Amino acid sequence: MKTVAILDYGLGNLRSVMRGLERSGAHALITADIETASSADGIVLPGVGAFSQGMEQLRTIQDTLIAYVRDAPVLGICLGMQMLMEWSEEHGLHRGLGLVPGTVRRFPKEDGFKVPHMGWNTIRINNESPLFDGIPQESYVYFVHSYYADTAPEYRASTTSYICPFASSLQNGNAFGVQFHPEKSGAVGLKILENFIDLL
Amino acid sequence: MTLTKRIIPCLDLKDGRVVKGTHFVDLRDAGDPVELAQRYNEQGADEVVFLDITASKEKRGAIIDVIQRAADQLFLPLTVGGGIRSLDDMQQLLRAGADKVSINTSAVKDPELISRGAEKFGTQCITVAIDVRRNFAMREDVTPVALPDGRTCWYEVVIFGGSEPAGIDAIRWAKEVERRGAGEILLTSMETDGTKDGFDIPITAAVSAAVGIPVIASGGVGTLEHFHEGFVEGKADACLAASVFHFGEFTVREVKEYLAAKGIAVRL
Repeated sequence: MKTVAILDYGLGNLRSVMRGLERSGAHALITADIETASSADGIVLPGVGAFSQGMEQLRTIQDTLIAYVRDAPVLGICLGMQMLMEWSEEHGLHRGLGLVPGTVRRFPKEDGFKVPHMGWNTIRINNESPLFDGIPQESYVYFVHSYYADTAPEYRASTTSYICPFASSLQNGNAFGVQFHPEKSGAVGLKILENFIDLL
Repeated sequence: MTLTKRIIPCLDLKDGRVVKGTHFVDLRDAGDPVELAQRYNEQGADEVVFLDITASKEKRGAIIDVIQRAADQLFLPLTVGGGIRSLDDMQQLLRAGADKVSINTSAVKDPELISRGAEKFGTQCITVAIDVRRNFAMREDVTPVALPDGRTCWYEVVIFGGSEPAGIDAIRWAKEVERRGAGEILLTSMETDGTKDGFDIPITAAVSAAVGIPVIASGGVGTLEHFHEGFVEGKADACLAASVFHFGEFTVREVKEYLAAKGIAVRL
């Protein structure tokens, strides 16, 4: 059985991520220690909250994490995905991990569209991303976010539209990210976690 | 590709048990909130809200157990409300597996709780529940709302389960909670709650227009048409209901099939 480490940097609902990974066939552990995490077959970078605070928590372990991605897969979820990017415009300009080129931006104001983008929306799967093996086009997944990743099409594993088309998932080498919450997206979400585990 | 409108069943809990009996005769334990939530999940619920009405402080640990068990079995968004007064309360519930916490009276008493909660856990975690009642004694500092019968009133925030008027204009309060970082508003009108006459459309539409965050309509649903009204006339982003689902008048799936046939985007 593959081991997945969930990086715990203090906040949020990690229990659902852990149970989701377990249900999808992995041994999951929650740890704040990067050495422990690095010995796992894969790392999940979860995250809710503000970008700068999240990066602040990662600062001391960021180099180890970046080195890890050369050899093994990392899956960022929601804020965890956004932190894979180079930059974020959330409350000023902040540097991310730089594992995927591009910038995290706030949804522009538009009449008739509430922010956060909260609820179930569909994904258009763009390429051969192994994350979406066996997932039908236009499957529903659960989103909660006010910022989105603006990145080149080659890094978009899927696209979703809300106000504008945005990257609902990312891939660059071993760096994977999903803007939605697979651990909150029922059977489709569990299948995506299972696909990630299969990559390990 | 559209963000779908959400249908949210609400379960009232006391000491970790579902408050009223349920029609689901085939449940192993009709009082177990996790089993009931699982049933709603199978029906296609988009989220589930647990509202804890446990009075005694000693027994409040029961909700933690419920959330843990629900999060272990259900892979859909869970919101918990009732009796949350501090960041510690929030943290405990989020750690147990809740995705959002809903605060009501405590937010009115201490609006900083919204700001601090949003800053610490993220705006998406903080739902502010606003309970309202019509007030016909107009004042200078309130927002007039026209009712379908031609009368004009303002909507006053009420707290402690609707038992105490807070003296605050609901629309102004809605804007303030947004400014303080709430991720969504759960709006319940005491005028319609329990009536089965439909949502309180005038205030739902007014609040939804006043804020840029999602609004959940609550209170008064009795028919399938009421859900449609909530979305189309009330401009709600989600509709919450308890008894119509609880007593099996219709299933979540029936509501969604009805809405889909009427052209509302729902997840089926």
